[in-house]
Amino acid sequence: MTDAIRLKAKDYKSEVKPIWCPGCGHFSVHNAITKAMAALGIDKDRTVLVSGIGCSSRLPAYVDSYGFHGVHGRGLAIAQGLKVARPDLTVLALGGDGDGFSIGGNHFIHACRRNVDITYIAMDNEVYGMTKGQASPTTPMDWDHSKLTPHGPGVRPFKPAALALASGAPWIARGYSGNPNQIAKLIAEAVEFPGFSFLHVMSQCITFCPEQTDWKAIVTESEAPPLADADEAAKQFLHEDGFQTGLLYREQRATWPPPGATAAEEGAPGKLAAAFRV
Amino acid sequence: MSTRYLSIAITGAGGAGVISCGELLLRAWAREGGRGLLRKAYGPQIRGGESAALLKLTADERYTAASRYDAVVALDWDNFTRFEDEIVLDADSWVLCDEAQALPPAVVAAGARVVDVPFDELAAACHPEGRVNMLALGVLGRLLGLPATTLAELAGQKLAGKPRDYRDAATACIELGAARDIACQLPVPPMGNKGAWYLSGNQAAGLGALEAGIRFVAAYPITPASDVLEWMAGGLERVGGQLVQAEDELAAINMTIGAAFGGVPAFTATSGPGLALMTESIGLAVASETPVTILNVMRGGPSTGIPTKSEQSDLNIALHGLHGDAPHLVLAPLDIADCVFTTGWAVQLAQRLQTAAIVLSDQFIGQSTAIVSEPRRCAPFAATPAQDPGEEGAYLRYRLTGSGVSALVTPGDAGHRFTADGLEHNEKGTPSSRQSDHQRQLAKRQDKLTAFDFGGDWAQIDGDGPVALVSFGSSAAAVTEAANQLAESGVATRVISLRLLAPLQTAALAAALEGCSRVFVVEQNHGGQLFHYLRGQLDFGQPVHSYALAGPVPLSPENIAQAVATVIAEATRS
Repeated sequence: MTDAIRLKAKDYKSEVKPIWCPGCGHFSVHNAITKAMAALGIDKDRTVLVSGIGCSSRLPAYVDSYGFHGVHGRGLAIAQGLKVARPDLTVLALGGDGDGFSIGGNHFIHACRRNVDITYIAMDNEVYGMTKGQASPTTPMDWDHSKLTPHGPGVRPFKPAALALASGAPWIARGYSGNPNQIAKLIAEAVEFPGFSFLHVMSQCITFCPEQTDWKAIVTESEAPPLADADEAAKQFLHEDGFQTGLLYREQRATWPPPGATAAEEGAPGKLAAAFRV
Repeated sequence: MSTRYLSIAITGAGGAGVISCGELLLRAWAREGGRGLLRKAYGPQIRGGESAALLKLTADERYTAASRYDAVVALDWDNFTRFEDEIVLDADSWVLCDEAQALPPAVVAAGARVVDVPFDELAAACHPEGRVNMLALGVLGRLLGLPATTLAELAGQKLAGKPRDYRDAATACIELGAARDIACQLPVPPMGNKGAWYLSGNQAAGLGALEAGIRFVAAYPITPASDVLEWMAGGLERVGGQLVQAEDELAAINMTIGAAFGGVPAFTATSGPGLALMTESIGLAVASETPVTILNVMRGGPSTGIPTKSEQSDLNIALHGLHGDAPHLVLAPLDIADCVFTTGWAVQLAQRLQTAAIVLSDQFIGQSTAIVSEPRRCAPFAATPAQDPGEEGAYLRYRLTGSGVSALVTPGDAGHRFTADGLEHNEKGTPSSRQSDHQRQLAKRQDKLTAFDFGGDWAQIDGDGPVALVSFGSSAAAVTEAANQLAESGVATRVISLRLLAPLQTAALAAALEGCSRVFVVEQNHGGQLFHYLRGQLDFGQPVHSYALAGPVPLSPENIAQAVATVIAEATRS
């Protein structure tokens, strides 16, 4: 912000009213995002929230910044194109578990690998909420509440942190919708981290997975410094129960594209054309 | 034969260097002021498959594929049978080859005259690193009257990164070939037309895009579009732009949309299968009114089809592939040089009208290289007068305006924050499923295309005869040549080559067809895609005939002329 007025979290909310069900975990993430924006004193005009499709992907319209609500699964691609073209902007990509790990799974792993300086917040409620309760790639094998998979999906859920690590993500954190202050703190760190930062938020779906209210009792908050050793992190992410929150992994890695790659050469378009002359 | 030309096919196993030989020969020919086309034909294999450099040296720039070959230089006969449909020989043709190798039956059957040139033996004897393609280059240079020094200089440039030995070997082979007396006379066309450009359609499209302001490209490699991207990667670096090699075409189009949302003119290039993957998100560009340009270099389809060869069979998907009512732009360059103008025009239109533009090039013009007069360029882009986004906080991104085009701001612009949306929305951009919002926004997105004045470049029209020959894109050259042949037999035609396919300029097209007694719609696909499209858009008052022939062999002017003449003769008789 150019002026000295310090904005509060509520100043970063737009006047559009969320469509989420009462008790939805995404309200917490919405609050946390605006809280983090306020804490960072972020310039609304230079911030873009990009999303795909799903309940959580509705979020950009609820924040008073620039936004792009794209198609299902492609938010990360839009966000990376935007950031590469406009490195001066702060870009956050948002979405759910189906959007990010199923239809958009390829973009997720390649975003981890590419390491463009954006923040990705995946709001994981282990269910497709917007299409009324089907199993997602993070749904437990035996979750039998969906008519589409009446005996449970029967396949092992993804472990997003492990997937991110294996794909090369340099910054991996986990939050829980029951602890919005922690999410806000993690988002602020993620935005400031130079590189691709992946924040996996367990965000409960009260409507289709009411059993997720039990998460409150099992979630733990890590006070330990983040791991920097990929071997150690791999072991942890593959074997943990997935309820440990906090910044879990951080390494410094060169971002893409390399800085300074966009300096134009004097008279370049004319020279390019001239090269075709016989 | 209305135009005299010299056609030469250089064939050999993939990796033998026939394409390099053809390129160097055409470059040297260009230096001497000649005109000509180099078509590249390959199989799917990179090494060990078949490969052919198909040269057509001409007196003008009407670049159709040759219908027969004056000469074949066969470095070997490996897999030659795969080219039998394309390299047509007759008793007037010359074949230069090693007579120790058995001739393919088709060559024998054609009765072509054979001249013995033991390429392998000569190249090996000439230099330890001697290559048959350089020997052939020397031989052909002599037959065309090109100085061996020019050939050696150009070969040296091409081999600049290779060891010294390679360059010495090339020079030695070229000189040996040029010194060899070959008992063969070729009808060499006149030269002396200097000041030309030498480029492929894919390079031309890339140049057109950059000159029109493209500064961001995201794409996934695909034949035959990859060379557009390879050229643009270097070009963008120099103009201060960025190219991202995406993980797939879904990412490519969405990255393109993301960059465009950031206000940076953005572009992607692909071919049929990639276009199919992109269609959902092209609809997003239409709905969110984000300007993007997609170059589709068409190849044989459907599915994987014939990746290395040409066809015009993606017209349907380009026109109708998007779900919902999604009006957008579809354009097609008419020839190699026109790839510069049409691609640039597409970029400008997409930017001006805040929508998606699909450019339909194809493998024939995309991967062929030609010597052309300086290509026409787009006039410097007169950006839409910046529309006032209004007071801070009162900005309506999708405001209903007279033109259908609303003020567009980009992130960083203070006080006009909005969320672009693929969900139907109201004027502000807030998601809405109300009928009134939907109908207004649909009409807005259509009206901005309908109301726009596209000027006279929607088509190229030649002649005013009563028989209309309508085509699009790269078929234009074959149709124009067919028209010349028809004129010689007394049939006066009107050639209408469409450059802008959507929105179809129906009123202008109807006016252009006025007074025509008969219309032929010519295209290179199996289903008559243009024919059916035009019949759905226009009330033809006269008989309309379809001449639709799938690839991969390019359309033949002779066959088109004959088909037209036959229909006319039958109609006259009955």
